[in-house]
Parts: sequence; C-alpha cells; structure tokens
Amino acid sequence: MSDILKTEFAGAIFKNPVVLASGTCGFGAEFNESFDISLLGGICAKGLTLLPREGNRGIRAWETASGLLNSVGLENPGVEAFVRNELAWLRTVDVNVIVNLGGHSVDDYVRGAEALNSADFDLLELNISCPNVKEGGMNFGVKTEVARKVVREVRSVCRHPMVVKLSPNAEDVVSVAVACEDEGADGVSLVNTFLGMAIDIDARKPVFNNVYAGLSGPAIKPVALRMVHQAAKALSIPVMGIGGITTWKDALEFIMAGASVIQVGTANFIRPSIALDIIKGMETWLGNNGVRRVADIRGIV
Amino acid sequence: MAKVISNKELEGAFFLLKVEFENDARPGQFFMLRAWDKYPLLSRPISVFDSDGATLAFLCRKVGVGTEILARLREGDELSLIGPLGSSFPDFEGKLALVGGGAGVAPMYFAAKHCKRSGKASVDIFLGFSEQAILEDSFVAVSDSLVVDVGGFITDKVDVSVYDRILACGPEIMMKTLYEKCLAADKSDALWVSMESRMACGIGACLVCSCPTAEGNKKICKDGPVLPGELVFSRRDMEANAFDARGC
Ligand SMILES: Cc1cc2nc3c(=O)[nH]c(=O)nc-3n(C[C@H](O)[C@H](O)[C@H](O)COP(=O)(O)OP(=O)(O)OC[C@H]3O[C@@H](n4cnc5c(N)ncnc54)[C@H](O)[C@@H]3O)c2cc1C
Ligand SMILES: Cc1cc2nc3c(=O)[nH]c(=O)nc-3n(C[C@H](O)[C@H](O)[C@H](O)COP(=O)(O)O)c2cc1C
Repeated sequence: MSDILKTEFAGAIFKNPVVLASGTCGFGAEFNESFDISLLGGICAKGLTLLPREGNRGIRAWETASGLLNSVGLENPGVEAFVRNELAWLRTVDVNVIVNLGGHSVDDYVRGAEALNSADFDLLELNISCPNVKEGGMNFGVKTEVARKVVREVRSVCRHPMVVKLSPNAEDVVSVAVACEDEGADGVSLVNTFLGMAIDIDARKPVFNNVYAGLSGPAIKPVALRMVHQAAKALSIPVMGIGGITTWKDALEFIMAGASVIQVGTANFIRPSIALDIIKGMETWLGNNGVRRVADIRGIV
Repeated sequence: MAKVISNKELEGAFFLLKVEFENDARPGQFFMLRAWDKYPLLSRPISVFDSDGATLAFLCRKVGVGTEILARLREGDELSLIGPLGSSFPDFEGKLALVGGGAGVAPMYFAAKHCKRSGKASVDIFLGFSEQAILEDSFVAVSDSLVVDVGGFITDKVDVSVYDRILACGPEIMMKTLYEKCLAADKSDALWVSMESRMACGIGACLVCSCPTAEGNKKICKDGPVLPGELVFSRRDMEANAFDARGC
C-alpha cells in the first residue's frame, strides 16, 4: 500500500484513516477470522467500563429504514479482564488500537482511565454518551458543562492521548467539542448514536425494554456529516468522523468535511470486510484525481 | 457468492432454497444470507436444513422483507453467504427425540440424518406447525417415527422420560415447556436447544444476540445457537440493570 492514505492523529500514525467503530467489531479477533485486520488503520475496541457489565435485557437490535436501533447496554468484560485477556493478542497485530471507555459516574470514568494507564495502546476514546446515574440517567454528552467536567477529570489522570467521542444528542455539539479542546482533549470523534425509538404495534409497547435506543447506519449520515463539518471548523484538534459511513464516497465526504480519520460502524454488519473496500476505493479515487496525500483534501469544503 | 440451484414454494409461507456452496456445515449451524445490496441493512440468519458438502438447503418461512426477497430467488441467481456459523448439536447416540416448532423444524432434518448415519441412534421426530404440515415424507425418510401437530402444542406429544436426549428448536415457550418436562422427569441435562435472536454481525462481535444463561451471557451466534437447555432455562428471570445505556 502506498503512503497516500497515511494519516497522523494525535501523535499516532495510521497507515490509512479507516478505523472500525467501537461496539461493531468486538475486540477484533472475530473480524480477523474473516480478513487480515492489519490492513486497517485502526480498530476501536468495544466500549469498556471499569467493572464488567451484562448489558440490557430484551431485544437489543431493531432494523429501521437504512438504519439500526441498538440497545446493547455496554455489555463488556470490564477494564481489567480486557487488559488481561484481549489486549495482548490485539497488540500482536500491526494495527492501531483505540480503547473506548464509558462510565456511569465521573468517578467510574476516572478510575477506568487510571486502570488503563499502564496498558499499551494508541488512543483512549472517551465515550461520554453514557447515562449519568447522578443526573437521573441523562447522558454525559448532552450538557456542555457536564461533559466538560468528565473530560477535565479524566484528562488530569489519563496518560494516553485522549479522544472524546461526542454525542449527537448534545444540546449544542459544537460547544461540547470546544469544551473538550479547552480541557486538553487530543481530538474528538463524532458521532455516537442518535436517541430513537420503535413501537411494536401488536404488543402496543416499545420494542426496547429501555424504551429508547441508539440509531446508527446510513440513515444518520447526512446529519453526522453536518456535525463533523461544524465541529472541524470550530476546532484546532483533529476530528474522527463517524456516522453511517458505508462506501468510499461516504468516507471521502467526511474527510472533505474536515475529518482526519473515519470510523466504520454499522456497515460492518453488511460484510465484515467492507472497510477494505472503503480503503481501496479512497486510494483509487485519490490516485485518479492526482491527490498526493489524503490530508490535501481534508476540510476543503 | 453462492448460486441458486432451485427454490421451491411450500405450504404455510415456507420455501426450500437450494444453493451451490462448498461447506463443512454441521447440524444446528447457520449461515448469514444476503441476496440484496444495501437494503435491508442486515443479513438474515438461516439454519442449515441439509448439506452434502457441495450444496446447501435452507428451509425458510416468509415473515418480512428479507425472507420475501429470498423467496423470490430463482435458479441461477446469486446470493452471498457467510458461514457455517455457530455451534452444532453434539453427536448423540441412543434414543433421541428431535422437536421442531414453526421455522424451528428446519435444523431437525439435517440433525436427524446425521444422527441416523452413525447407526447408534434411534430418532423420533416431533414437529409442530401453526397452519399446515410440510415435508412430512422427507422427515419420515430420516427418522424412526414422525409425529406432527398442527395448531396445538407439540410438546404435549413428547414423553421426555423415554429419551436419552431431546433436541429442540422453535418458539422459546416450546423449548421452555420441554425444559420443565425434563426437570420434572429429573433429566434436565438431556435437553439441547437451538436459540433464536435478532442478529447483526453474526460472527460474535456486536453482542446484539447475547442470551443470559446460568454461566453468564452467551452469544447466540457464536457460543450458540445450540446450547444445553439447562444453561439457558435455569436462568431466565435476571433483573435488568438500572440506568442501562441506550445505544452502545
Ligand atoms: C440462528 C438462527 C437460525 C434461523 N434459522 C431459520 C430457518 O432455518 N428458517 C427460517 O425460516 N427462519 C430462521 N431464523 C429466523 C430468521 O432469521 C428470521 O425469520 C428472519 O431474519 C426474518 O427476516 P425478515 O426480513 O424476513 O423479517 P423482518 O422484516 O426482519 O421481520 C419480520 C418478522 O420476523 C421476526 N424476526 C425478525 N428477525 C428475527 C429473528 N432473527 N428471529 C426471530 N424472529 C425474527 C420479527 O419479529 C418480525 O415479526 C433463524 C434465526 C436465527 C437467529
Ligand atoms: C451494536 C452497536 C454497539 C455499539 N457500541 C458502542 C460502544 O460500546 N461504545 C461507543 O462509543 N459506541 C458504540 N456504538 C456506536 C458506534 O461506535 C458509532 O458511533 C455509531 O454506530 C455511528 O456510526 P455508524 O452509523 O457507522 O454505525 C455502537 C453501535 C452499534 C451499532
């Protein structure tokens, strides 16, 4: 592979700007049975919490028109078991590893980040789209000042470069992004899922036990793209673009909107190796259009 | 890519789809099927009805957009398959009851054929349908006896006490009833079930199909779909987490 796609992000070098999004590719091992994951720029591990979680009961996924509602509920083995059982193997693969961390209180996040300090990986992605137990379950990423506090506290203990993953359910996503930069984040990634809902009309009940669920997939792409564009314009730290990216054209749109790296989530469910088609398609288009480095088209729109 | 050899419409919205595809599938395993481009987004999990290594047969029921598209496939059409995926029924010997309900009858044909091949098993098949029985001759050909029920409860016709193993696939309530009968007969470890769930990745990465069990969550697509009945049904009432994340 040529260097045309090589990308620097918060000090980490990505061989290409394509990363598998958290929660859609586990810890990489299953995808590696289907294709060589070292061909990717990076892999973002399933969201971790300090302690193991069993996740939500009931239906966890519901397909919508060009989208997917999910309510997995952060099922994960906890930070310690991840480091012990999953990270060592992932580290043997020549691919950047992003560790995604969630929490249900500021203290959860801080202790989770501390527990990860001695582990070897490239970037910490702080998932602030988690319900805050103290605030009656409102997601940490909704109000700028709540988000600011988590980012500040985690930044003060975290030794890894830190990317904050923004919620599109924020009251003002640009203001949250700016607060992250102010508090010392090394980058932001956006977007996480949009709060949505589905109703089973025969049962006359919500499909999900938790009533609302997170919408992802092609359906959210235009909105996600707009948010990435706005955030990138307002920030000097780099941006990872996420939301409905399914084709190489989608990926280039996010780059032109200002993203340095893009993440592929729900599209992995179409075909595990879909990210490889995205990488190849980007490379071909750039080559055919005389672009020497992908960074040359970053944020040109 | 797999090529369609034939696709036959059956009663009760079922169809039997045969494709050319090299495989080493075992009974109880499934494939993720996709005969469309981007919509619907997800591929559809379908059990192996039969396999001879070079071809595969799927017995499906039309219930929505994905299975409607699969039902319309014609000879020579192509579709993509991922698999074989998941766990399979162990090689059982002795006196076996295979119980299928609705689309859950699908894996029982291959399972019966496989068990009979060893020469060390007797196989009684019990099938429950809501509207009309299908493929009775095929099931008779791979078993020692076939009992069919239409519109009632097939579980009423299974005397679990006389079997060494009971293999089941169908609505959860059917499998749970069998578990309770096994429990009452003091043989709860005799039951093996094939679980169903909505799936996204199909390969064990996304945790959309987690099933709570006595040994913690199991991924139906990877640890299952075939699981010991006791593992699943001795723990189906776990309390939900407060403040669960919505999405993620
Ligand atoms: C491991 C496994 C093996 C399966 N094997 C077979 C098989 O051999 N033959 C067969 O006919 N079906 C099988 N199914 C069920 C089949 O996958 C669903 O019927 C199918 O995905 C529905 O897709 P659709 O687009 O037609 O329906 P949709 O439009 O998605 O939904 C229509 C209806 O189907 C129900 N449904 C959707 N997905 C599922 C699901 N995964 N499980 C149960 N109900 C669902 C919904 O509740 C809804 O009422 C299997 C499922 C699993 C998990
Ligand atoms: C099944 C599923 C699980 C997810 N789990 C997580 C998670 O654990 N942590 C997280 O930050 N985002 C999680 N996400 C969100 C994705 O990483 C991504 O931000 C979102 O789906 C939008 O991108 P997409 O449209 O490409 O999927 C999950 C998404 C899905 C569909």
